[in-house]
Amino acid sequence: MASAEAYPGSEPARWKYLDQIRTRAGPFTDPDTFYGSKVASEMDRMNVLVIGAGGLGCEILKNLALSGFKNIHVIDMDTIDISNLNRQFLFRQADVGKYKAEVAAAFVMRRVKGVHITAHNKMIQDFDEDFYMKFQLVVCGLDSIEARRWINATLVNMVDEDIEDSVKPLIDGGTEGFKGQARVIIPTITSCIECQLDMHAPRAAVPLCTLASIPRQPEHCIEWAHVIAWDEEKPFPKLDKDDPEHITWLYQKALLRAREFNIPGVTYSLTQGVVKNIIPAIAATNSVIAAACCNEALKISSSCAPALGYPADNYMMYSGNDSVYTYTFRHEKKDDCPVCGNLARDLVVDPSGTLRDLVDSLAVRPEAQLKKPSLRAQNKTLYMQSPASLEEQTRPNLDRTLVELGLGDGDEVAVTDPAFATVSFKFRLVFRKAAS
Amino acid sequence: MTEIVMSQTPPILHGPSEKEKKYDRQLRLWAASGQAALESANLLLVNSGPGVVGIETLKNLVLPGIGRFAIYDEATVGDADLGVNFFLDADFLGKSRSKCLTELLLELNPEVHGAWYPSQENATSLDDMLATSPVFTAIMYTFPISPQRLSILEAYGQQHKTPLVAIHSAGFYSYFRIHLPGAFPIVDTHPDETATTDLRLLSPWPELVDFAKSMTQDIDSLDNFEHGHLPYVVILLYYLEKWRETHGGANPITYKEKTEFRSTVAAAARTNNPEGGEENFDEAVAAVLKTIVPPSLPSGLKEVFEYEPSEPIEERSSFWIVADAIKAFYAKHNCLPLRGNVPDMKAQSKVYIQLQNIYKAKARLDAAEVLETAQAIAPGRHFDPAEVELFCKNAPFVKLINATKGGNIASASSVDRLQDVTAQELANDESAELTLMPLSLLPIYLALRATSHVASASADEILAEVAKIIPGANENERIVQAAQEVARAEGGELHNVAALTGGMVAQEMIKIITKQYIPIDNTCIFDGIGSRCQVLRL
Repeated sequence: MASAEAYPGSEPARWKYLDQIRTRAGPFTDPDTFYGSKVASEMDRMNVLVIGAGGLGCEILKNLALSGFKNIHVIDMDTIDISNLNRQFLFRQADVGKYKAEVAAAFVMRRVKGVHITAHNKMIQDFDEDFYMKFQLVVCGLDSIEARRWINATLVNMVDEDIEDSVKPLIDGGTEGFKGQARVIIPTITSCIECQLDMHAPRAAVPLCTLASIPRQPEHCIEWAHVIAWDEEKPFPKLDKDDPEHITWLYQKALLRAREFNIPGVTYSLTQGVVKNIIPAIAATNSVIAAACCNEALKISSSCAPALGYPADNYMMYSGNDSVYTYTFRHEKKDDCPVCGNLARDLVVDPSGTLRDLVDSLAVRPEAQLKKPSLRAQNKTLYMQSPASLEEQTRPNLDRTLVELGLGDGDEVAVTDPAFATVSFKFRLVFRKAAS
Repeated sequence: MTEIVMSQTPPILHGPSEKEKKYDRQLRLWAASGQAALESANLLLVNSGPGVVGIETLKNLVLPGIGRFAIYDEATVGDADLGVNFFLDADFLGKSRSKCLTELLLELNPEVHGAWYPSQENATSLDDMLATSPVFTAIMYTFPISPQRLSILEAYGQQHKTPLVAIHSAGFYSYFRIHLPGAFPIVDTHPDETATTDLRLLSPWPELVDFAKSMTQDIDSLDNFEHGHLPYVVILLYYLEKWRETHGGANPITYKEKTEFRSTVAAAARTNNPEGGEENFDEAVAAVLKTIVPPSLPSGLKEVFEYEPSEPIEERSSFWIVADAIKAFYAKHNCLPLRGNVPDMKAQSKVYIQLQNIYKAKARLDAAEVLETAQAIAPGRHFDPAEVELFCKNAPFVKLINATKGGNIASASSVDRLQDVTAQELANDESAELTLMPLSLLPIYLALRATSHVASASADEILAEVAKIIPGANENERIVQAAQEVARAEGGELHNVAALTGGMVAQEMIKIITKQYIPIDNTCIFDGIGSRCQVLRL
């Protein structure tokens, strides 16, 4: 096969390597969707949103700028901490304390001429649908599941059959140590982040009675200091997990408790790790995952090669602990997904349990993970977290059993949570058989 | 331990140092020992072609604080570099690429040292540079590379026993290949915590038996609190004893026996309490299948036991002496030294700590025996007891990489090997639809390999080159497609694929330098179209 001609955009000498690939069909390129002559100008016009300017975000901004994207926005409300410098390569010692989004955007614009990056030192929840509607693609490098669920729900809700371009592909990366994942979501068309929620189950919490009376592990002593001792003694008005003085207080409390029970292993580093739920992170893994995400962004935007998403695989798992291993597969969309499905999701419950049991369980169930849920049944309000008056009015329901509240097997319950303002999660109660 | 005085607002007593703060997120992965190894490493990158993948690799090693690096790169900065390499900008056009890259990489971490070649005041050729530089910990080189230059590096690798890493990135494809100088054992493999439980329930030692008996001799008269807080280890030991009494002294071994045993444990839980059951018995039931297992020899360790290092005993590293000592231990006791960790389980604090101490004491005793044996094997040699203890603790998970005798770089048989693997991979592809296995990525390696020494080539040229080794390659559809895809790139790199590959190579370098986690053995191929990789031993 003789190589076809490339269609260079501006600065052909500089973008030679990129144009050779993005404007020329290869053996796997789908000829029905690929127009090589239009790729450069279309990508010049595209708006891409990057969420997160941390470990993945820094890499993502660099990668997008060197993939031919010209208009990029980045949202991050965080400021730079010294512990970021081992991997967030756009930041220096002198930048500590400054906004990540601002410093990262300025750095990449300085280095890669011709790219325009707008920084937003804000939370994603500060923006409305009109803002998100401006973008053709969203790339996420976040460390919180909650933020991922929020943007996912927002993008799914924005899909409107009557509005062209209302489907915004969402590319999401995540890392932990030597492991990570990259996935592509085409809202309402492919499996969404909420469909995949059970793949990121929260860590089981240690029972309170273990912390209070029978600690066995150093982590139990630290959690005791964090959850119980702090509340009792209130050494500072509000716990600031980034204040070394506060961590030191917890560490010393935990150490004394550990000594009382002869439990070895409480250290400052472990205290910090447990209290802040620190996930190990290195430059190398961020490099892998961010590049995997941006590689999909380039393929989706140019159609120069098949991308993850639709119709085939949409999820790549990566592990570098033991050799290097990837598992790339298709995660199926769920009909009972509370965000993108149209069926209520089954929720197995004990009919003799109280509403409080149900409310508490929603926080820990891998398929729900809702920390402040308000619940409505078909024709009545069961429990509302706010406003205060309604909370007070519905609070007595918490101690009633589901049966007492008139709920039956198969009834649907709608759950809302302040973390996901726009979404109502639909669950279908399935009564557990007695004596199981 | 130091005394801690609690005052109203305690001063920061043991806060981390600035360096510990900066490296906190990685120290949680490889600890101070791994960090020290990184900081004493000296790496060489021989860069060529667009040269992005090598720089992205170095970026990921400069950030965590590699000791020093050197870049050998004869290119000057051109326009095309600016569209693909982040560590160059327009001010550098026409200047030495290695100099500019070194400058901008060093900005990332003031603790790292870097040097660039060739330069007039320093060495002017690769030979010069290798002859005048301190010995390199490892060498990375990128394709395309001239055969002459490659043989210089291979000769250096053989002489100094230096790991060599070959990296090739073009368009959507890449691969990297690690040549280690001989067998490479790793002790600190960081196995999954859940895989490490070894409670010796079928071969308890006297102290453990006595402890369990003392807690269960009047099990029925224990009050509900005590009964509900028996550690599951004690519960299982007690009911195993009962089981043996009614089964002619035999343990439950088969799956059927174990499920039956599990039912007897489940039935022994008290239900006439407010909770209607006992958590510790639930834990015991859940632990039956996983923890009631006879001792066995994991395959990784077996490989170590069977491997015969080519050096005489006095020249062997302490790894091989301790391995022999553990082998002797295994032969004598029919089990490995005890790891000594006890998973968390419902129990009173005091009881759990006692149980933990019984396991730890036994583990220390086993390690002491291994140390003694090691000293007998190599008299006069000093062994670090902490190192022996770590080996004992990790014995079931030690791993031997590149376990061929001699470990020749570019051995004469490498073409035979490639032919064998190709035949195997292509045969697997025939049945891939049935086995639901992904298709082999070997065609990508074959196509890239065909351009090892040329800047770019047409699909036909690539196929002709592949066909020299794999006859008929030009009729295999997947090899043809891979050749077309490689030809499409004309030797150019895509930044994303370079960054991704650079991340993988950096992970591997960290694993090799720190001797922690498990490196690939020995070639990793990446497909940026399907977004997946495959590791093959070639």
